[in-house]
Amino acid sequence: MFDFGDKLQILADAAKYDVSCSSSGGKRKNIGGIGDSSSSGICHTYTEDGRCVSLLKILMTNYCIFDCAFCVSRKSNDVQRAAFSVKEVVELTMNFYRRNYIEGLFLSSGIFKSADYTMERLMLVVKKLRTEEKFHGYIHLKAIPGASEALLKEAGLYVDRMSVNLEIPTEEGLKLVAPEKDHQSVREPLQTIKTEIMALKEEKKTIKKVPLFVPAGQSTQMVIGATGESDLDIMGTANEFYKTYNLKRVYYSGYIPINPKDSLLPQVGTAPPLQRENRLYQTDWLLRFYGFSLHEILNTKHQNLELDMDPKLAWAIRNPQFFPIDINTASYQWIIRIPGVGRQSANKIVQARNFGKLREDQVKKMGIAFNRAKYFMSCADSVFGLGFLYPEQVKKALVKQPLIGEASNSSRLISEVDSYQLTLF
Amino acid sequence: MYYIFDGTYAGYICCVFEAFSRKEIDARPTRLDLIQTTLFFESRSIETHPERFQRVFQAMEKKIGHAGMKLFYQNFLADEEKAWLNGFQLLIKLFQSETLDLKNYGDPQILQFHQTIKKVNRERHRMKAFVRFMKDANELYTAIIEPDFNVLPLIIDFFRNRYADQPWLIYDIRRQYGYHYNLKEMQEVFSTAEMLTDESQSLQVSLDLKEEEYQILWKKYFKSTNIEQRKNLKLHIRHVPQRYWKYLTEKT
Ligand code: SF4
Repeated sequence: MFDFGDKLQILADAAKYDVSCSSSGGKRKNIGGIGDSSSSGICHTYTEDGRCVSLLKILMTNYCIFDCAFCVSRKSNDVQRAAFSVKEVVELTMNFYRRNYIEGLFLSSGIFKSADYTMERLMLVVKKLRTEEKFHGYIHLKAIPGASEALLKEAGLYVDRMSVNLEIPTEEGLKLVAPEKDHQSVREPLQTIKTEIMALKEEKKTIKKVPLFVPAGQSTQMVIGATGESDLDIMGTANEFYKTYNLKRVYYSGYIPINPKDSLLPQVGTAPPLQRENRLYQTDWLLRFYGFSLHEILNTKHQNLELDMDPKLAWAIRNPQFFPIDINTASYQWIIRIPGVGRQSANKIVQARNFGKLREDQVKKMGIAFNRAKYFMSCADSVFGLGFLYPEQVKKALVKQPLIGEASNSSRLISEVDSYQLTLF
Repeated sequence: MYYIFDGTYAGYICCVFEAFSRKEIDARPTRLDLIQTTLFFESRSIETHPERFQRVFQAMEKKIGHAGMKLFYQNFLADEEKAWLNGFQLLIKLFQSETLDLKNYGDPQILQFHQTIKKVNRERHRMKAFVRFMKDANELYTAIIEPDFNVLPLIIDFFRNRYADQPWLIYDIRRQYGYHYNLKEMQEVFSTAEMLTDESQSLQVSLDLKEEEYQILWKKYFKSTNIEQRKNLKLHIRHVPQRYWKYLTEKT
């Protein structure tokens, strides 16, 4: 027999491979109850692996009728099984929330009996939290592929974010390790929710009060390095899903080998590809916030990201014709393309130069990674012409450098919640 | 010339008023307890006058609006002489010249001003995250904090809004004051004599019967959600600096 604490350990342990812990983008204000999710998201603590702990991330149960080779909860795996009751999850969430441990709940589940049976229990938890406990904190719910539209839509009324994981970036890869699964079953719930979000948006134009429906949008996750996809494959899939389903986030999770019996997957003990994962996040960021298009960073001639430098630097070195960029005249869009200069610093530069041409010593203090940026920009007092004649030399100078010290600069560029994933711009 | 004010923001603003009326614009605002008494110094005690404070406030509003005023308040809450002096000198400049623009990041004083504010805001954000309530037998949720900067005034609205249906107390043990919310209103509270003489006494309140159980569950959760294969203590410590551990349930 195990007690409630053991159960929590089992079901938290099984849920932790879902890397998303974001609690931002909610729109709920506290009206006559407890909690709000209208702020930008808070990490209440960080695990020893440096990841943000924002939500109570648990599975309803780790029993599962499927046998996906990459998953700890797969049917054939010899692990302890447990299940929470609806009431237990609600009580735990409320008690953690009231002590300011968490921003809310991230609830997922193994498939128990059937998709609908599982989805219904998840739905009951979120319904109870909202209607009985008057809880306005953040809720991220996993949509169960194959669950009925009606259940998905009802759950959508109570949650802030929904997600369905792609798991393996390509259909072929997925077929190898989880023959019972396909991308289509992920697309369906994403489409259902997207359609409903759009319909309500339309309605909002004529009716003032429409219910909140998945206000923080949808996300998905891909496992990296379990099967043989290139970075181009991965980012290509991500790009398409961002566009087709208006996703808020795609998460990339370096695969941690957990299956000693499967010869297709990396051996147990193989280190997870953390550097690669980091590069993918950086690329994702460049695509969404820095105005880069995918083919600038990855294309058929250049299918994988460099591991020894970030994708912005790699792009700059491949494209010396654009440099140096004059920070006193260039537009914001170009200034953010300078390696070592992030969006905040670029903003400062653009505002400060209204008061006079900026010199190196001034720009240096605006939060940029100067040792990197200096090769790619010119200031009022820069000696012209030295700029960017020798990309290979620049590369040597920069790639050799230990880059760790600069991380603190770059982590400012991103919201607190996400900062663990991203370093170095 | 040191201007000794009472430690309140109103008092600080009155220093600006005083400096103008006495033409002592090279004054340095400070608090009595921060002055090293062995050093020779010239000083003046600055009284806190509500009308003077109001006058400066209105003048500030005209010049820089609410957004700008907020910045000066946040800079003040850095709670250190260097930041006070910088803000004070910027205020003097603001009233002396037509052209002071707080967006001129090329100016070292303005840059320092923004950097200080950034630090204060970072800790403000952290404190929203790091407050850990303990429920006591009287259903009061209590938290002790010890921030570097005086960020409590910047976070109480957040907590009042979020925990509107539970009574709570957040107490800054370094500055010996806190805020108590009783489901209706919020009140500033100061330490009582007993609390000062015997620190341990404040911890001897009887806890709710389930409090310990939830603390243990939280610690278990914190351990289980960690991925051993990704261990990165350096990153962990950067995000959760050691000086905060004392009050974090999961780190004790
Ligand atoms: S269906 Fe989900 S929980 Fe079940 S084995 Fe596959 S990935 Fe794991």
